[in-house]
Amino acid sequence: MSTRAFGASLPRREDARLLTGQATFVDDIDLPGCLHAAVLRSPFAHARIRSIDTTAALAREGVVAIYAAADLGAVCCPGPLAVPPPPIEGALFHQRTQSPLARDKVRYAGEPVAFVVAESRYVAEDALEDIVVDWEPLPVSADLQAAARPDAPRVHEDLPDNIAARVRQVKGDYALAVRGAAHVIRRRFTYDHGCSSPIETRGVVAQWDARADRLTVWDTTQAPVFIRNGLAASLGLGERQVRVVAPFIGGGFGPKIMMFYPEEILVPWAAMQLGRPVKWIEDRAEHFVATTHERGQIHEAEIALGADGRILGVRDEFLHDTGAYDPYGLTVPINSQCTLLGPYAIPHYDSTFCAVFTHKPIVTPYRGAGRQHGVFVIERLLDIAARELSIDCAEIRRRNFIPPDAFPWDNALIYQDFTRLTYDSGQYAKVLDQLLERIGYTDFIAQEQPRLRAQGRHVGIGLVCYVEGTGIGPYEGAKLQVQANGRVSLVTGIGTQGQGHYTSFAQIAADHLGVDIADIDVITGDTDQFYWGAGTFASRGAVVAGNAIDQAARQVRAKALRLAAEIFECAEGDLVLEGGRVAIAGLPSKSLGLGELAQRANPMRGAVAAGTEPGLESTSYFGPPSGSTANGAHAMVIEVDPRTMNVRILRYVVVHDCGVVINPMIVEGQVRGGVAQGIGNAFFEQLVFDSEGQLLNASLADYLLPSSMDVPSIELGHVETPSPLNPLGIKGVGEAGAIPVGPLFAQAIEDALQLPKRGVELLEIPLSPSRVWELARSATG
Amino acid sequence: MAERQYPIRLTVNGTEREAQVEARLLLSDFIRHRLGLTGTHVGCEHGVCGACTILHDGVPARACLLFAVQTHGHSIETVESLGTPEHLHPLQEAFRACHGLQCGYCTPGILMTMKAFLEQHPDPDEAAIRKALSGNLCRCTGYQNIVAAVARAAAVAREGA
Amino acid sequence: MKPPAFDYEAPRSLAEALALKARHGEEARFLAGGQSLVPAMNFRLVRPAVLIDLNGIAELGDLACTAAGRLQIGALVRHARVEGDAQVAQHQPLLAEAIREVAHPQVRNRGTVCGNLAHADPASELPAVMVALRAQMRAVSVRGERSIAAADFFQGTYSTALESDELLAQVLLEPMPAGTGTAFLELARRPGDYAMMGVAVVVRVDASGACTDARVVCCGAGDRPLASAASAAVLLGARPGSDPAALEALSEAAGAALATSIDPPGTVHASADYQRHLAQVLAARAIATACARAATHLPSRSH
Repeated sequence: MSTRAFGASLPRREDARLLTGQATFVDDIDLPGCLHAAVLRSPFAHARIRSIDTTAALAREGVVAIYAAADLGAVCCPGPLAVPPPPIEGALFHQRTQSPLARDKVRYAGEPVAFVVAESRYVAEDALEDIVVDWEPLPVSADLQAAARPDAPRVHEDLPDNIAARVRQVKGDYALAVRGAAHVIRRRFTYDHGCSSPIETRGVVAQWDARADRLTVWDTTQAPVFIRNGLAASLGLGERQVRVVAPFIGGGFGPKIMMFYPEEILVPWAAMQLGRPVKWIEDRAEHFVATTHERGQIHEAEIALGADGRILGVRDEFLHDTGAYDPYGLTVPINSQCTLLGPYAIPHYDSTFCAVFTHKPIVTPYRGAGRQHGVFVIERLLDIAARELSIDCAEIRRRNFIPPDAFPWDNALIYQDFTRLTYDSGQYAKVLDQLLERIGYTDFIAQEQPRLRAQGRHVGIGLVCYVEGTGIGPYEGAKLQVQANGRVSLVTGIGTQGQGHYTSFAQIAADHLGVDIADIDVITGDTDQFYWGAGTFASRGAVVAGNAIDQAARQVRAKALRLAAEIFECAEGDLVLEGGRVAIAGLPSKSLGLGELAQRANPMRGAVAAGTEPGLESTSYFGPPSGSTANGAHAMVIEVDPRTMNVRILRYVVVHDCGVVINPMIVEGQVRGGVAQGIGNAFFEQLVFDSEGQLLNASLADYLLPSSMDVPSIELGHVETPSPLNPLGIKGVGEAGAIPVGPLFAQAIEDALQLPKRGVELLEIPLSPSRVWELARSATG
Repeated sequence: MAERQYPIRLTVNGTEREAQVEARLLLSDFIRHRLGLTGTHVGCEHGVCGACTILHDGVPARACLLFAVQTHGHSIETVESLGTPEHLHPLQEAFRACHGLQCGYCTPGILMTMKAFLEQHPDPDEAAIRKALSGNLCRCTGYQNIVAAVARAAAVAREGA
Repeated sequence: MKPPAFDYEAPRSLAEALALKARHGEEARFLAGGQSLVPAMNFRLVRPAVLIDLNGIAELGDLACTAAGRLQIGALVRHARVEGDAQVAQHQPLLAEAIREVAHPQVRNRGTVCGNLAHADPASELPAVMVALRAQMRAVSVRGERSIAAADFFQGTYSTALESDELLAQVLLEPMPAGTGTAFLELARRPGDYAMMGVAVVVRVDASGACTDARVVCCGAGDRPLASAASAAVLLGARPGSDPAALEALSEAAGAALATSIDPPGTVHASADYQRHLAQVLAARAIATACARAATHLPSRSH
């Protein structure tokens, strides 16, 4: 083809449907006779359930059924462990997962206690108020640090304390680093809770077809195949009896993958019991406690450096708040532990974390998935080191970069994907150089900042670097099929939550088949269409599914050429595939449309030759040996009002490297959207709990998602270092923008207000104006 | 005791509609589940996110903060009143060209807000667009491309005028 | 988040509406814009048995401004209407300045000024503005009507001087005398949010440049708009003048006086101490602005 689809900023194919309100989201599923569910949730963070009386609620007109734990039978058992802990020697892990409904005891405010099914959601909510629960409130462990103490009120009585996991990973010998160090810096860092808050909340619709013996479930999940398998297991069905559809999803960001949420079991189970479709749509108030959270960690970290600013070693001990249960294993703290190493050559590293149960909602990965914390710790340590050693912030980073010829770089740790943490490729200095040039770093420090300071303005600059492990296994698959009408269907098992899969996946296949992307129908997130897969998370969709699509498209191309060569009695090399047709080069009259070729490949008479398959079709699977490592650097110029501590972002620049790019427009959108969430995380968003584990700001009026007035225009630069780990050379990008924003804010605010001169360091996230004012005051006052 | 039903008659996207509704039925639910116009999305039901923004007598309003019964004798417009997938409205076309949406869930509310805004402000600068957008939360895009799309739609309309 | 069931009434006249309210009392709520009431109902924090929809009552919809600047805001006047009114901008600049900070465009399109005031959220901008402007609130009921000074109207969080049968039918603002300067300043986490702290300032100087009237009122500082007598006392009799250093010193002193006269509660976004600090900073800035504006509207000596 004259113009390649791969690599072009093509407009998205899904947009027309989304823009006109024609795309189907879960709540748009409208089934005849559908019932509506609501969940009674615990008002207490820790309490015993003495009794539940549903008599009055059941008597309410329009109420069809009410279930408590005792009514569920075998279904009411602890859910599966979504991700087991990696095989790390000496690791301690206590698996405690949630039951669909709490039986005797609740462990966080918001835990499901009863499930109401009624003729409408309005009536279902009325019925919630009729249910009488006799509660015995119990002491609460809400604070992470306090919960970790041996005498804290226990979240799980059968355990000796609230320690959910303890993992130590060591590279080299940190004691050696300290012995040779000119400087050792030790600080305590904290990072508070936030949540992903997609604009679409979660929802599940289920329909049991008794005649066909089949269950269909529409679910706002990022992992429909896992949900299908899990549902089959817990409902006593075969996988082929269950179809899970993840239609258009209004943002995922991680928490929509956390299988199994109680409602994902309760809704299909109730639909089977009642013989009518059941719909449950989470409302925003529920979302704040019923969908998982992230971010709470406390680090005690130490860095040992030579006099030249070279990192000799890092030691870190941290507490990770996992909430009341730990269904997602150790993914978040392992990511924190591994990502702390950043793009730097750190010879000695000693990291230990304790995951701690608290009486708070469950913590699972949210965009960045723990990487934020690691980046915050190492970047802040480097800022402090730069100051103490009088080295420029950019220079100290440059001195410690892993050089481009040192890849693959073995960090000698086990990563979340169970493989050894090895970086595949990167050009970290090149990324930083481009960043400095774009933001005008030297000029800002030497001229702009002094000039503005002389005018009494408080402007500051920050810059941070990071790596992100992306594109992890195990695998994804894709099936390409040329249909008789000439259109190509491209099916994968993973779902889409706005990443543009309908477009970028088609771009991967189009060039191989000589078709326009408009001729490719991408189908995702329907387990009846594609049986196998893992899901959309960890910045892996484009990498893992993308390479499967590439392989499948190559195979279909080969089949088409082989068949056409037979028909035309020519060599395959004489054929060209373009415009949806196979032709003999230079002989346009000798050509066949792909659809016709597909029909010839499926003859109604005559045997299919041995070793061949009917149709122009191929299914392919790809599993990378390990994840590919994307990287980037962000810089920001801000102005702070020195009295109110309000921050205004004047410039924001990102230079990133996610390997080979399929669609630059989509990649840039992912980066910008990630930065917006990072800004929210660093400056606006905080889930505030009181000592009783009650969430104090469970509304969008008080949990502050950044608005159009709060997110600046973001300037972007690209560096492209292909990954050697997959044929397309791509790396993931979904989470990149969100990861490094915290330390950037802290550094820039410190710089703007010259806080270190006043003995103030910003070692926590988020940094609201109120908090910055309190910190600055405590030092000066 | 069944809830009392109230008869209403209103104009929806130019067509007169009649219905019987309970007093408490939110306009957002009425539009989505009684009229089947599921392009209007619900994000918070407390008037902050803006996903359910529709035009009420031509003026952008949160459908989650109106009761359906209140629309008796009024007209409402939803995203379905703009273009179709085959023939996008110029504002929709600009959103596609500028990648002004990702998951697309907040998009219909933004389109309705911006449609009314552009009618009042045919030549807005970036600051004005950002201010007009501030009542619509988007969790995916970071807003930059939305702002660009609105500016582009305004420019296209001015050129065409 | 679905509201509890209620009965809906859509009276066509004020008399009918008032009769309904008299009949149902506290069980009934008036519905005008609904931008505060409906969210509270969706959270099931408020559960009226009857909603009396005022939107069909034409006589409540008027916004009237005399040539002299006397402003009447009827019960169905939406924020957007006031925001876009040139006469309001000219004659009641404090209201015009503050109303832009109320929530977001869609909410201002629907929400009414009287509804905002009757809701009496202590963090809301407009109650503070009305106290600063000494607005008169006209309450009507089947028993007749009465006028309530804004300072007496707000009695606590979500609590006003309205009796259970009364409707806030109109707000009246007198024209501002020559020599008056006003300013509204707030700091919210995001534009459109309830402010962490907001300050409305009205100062008036006579022909000699002496301050003869001053009002400094906070929103978000307590359970109602708080007018600081201590801050006003610093300004009264002072001559803000045109010397920037002297004006700054005066403004800072008045701001400091405000800070010591309030006891803010603290929120999830702002500690109590930070709120107090913000009150001082914002008041000083707003006072300096209001004084500078007053200086450009000085009454001429010949009058």
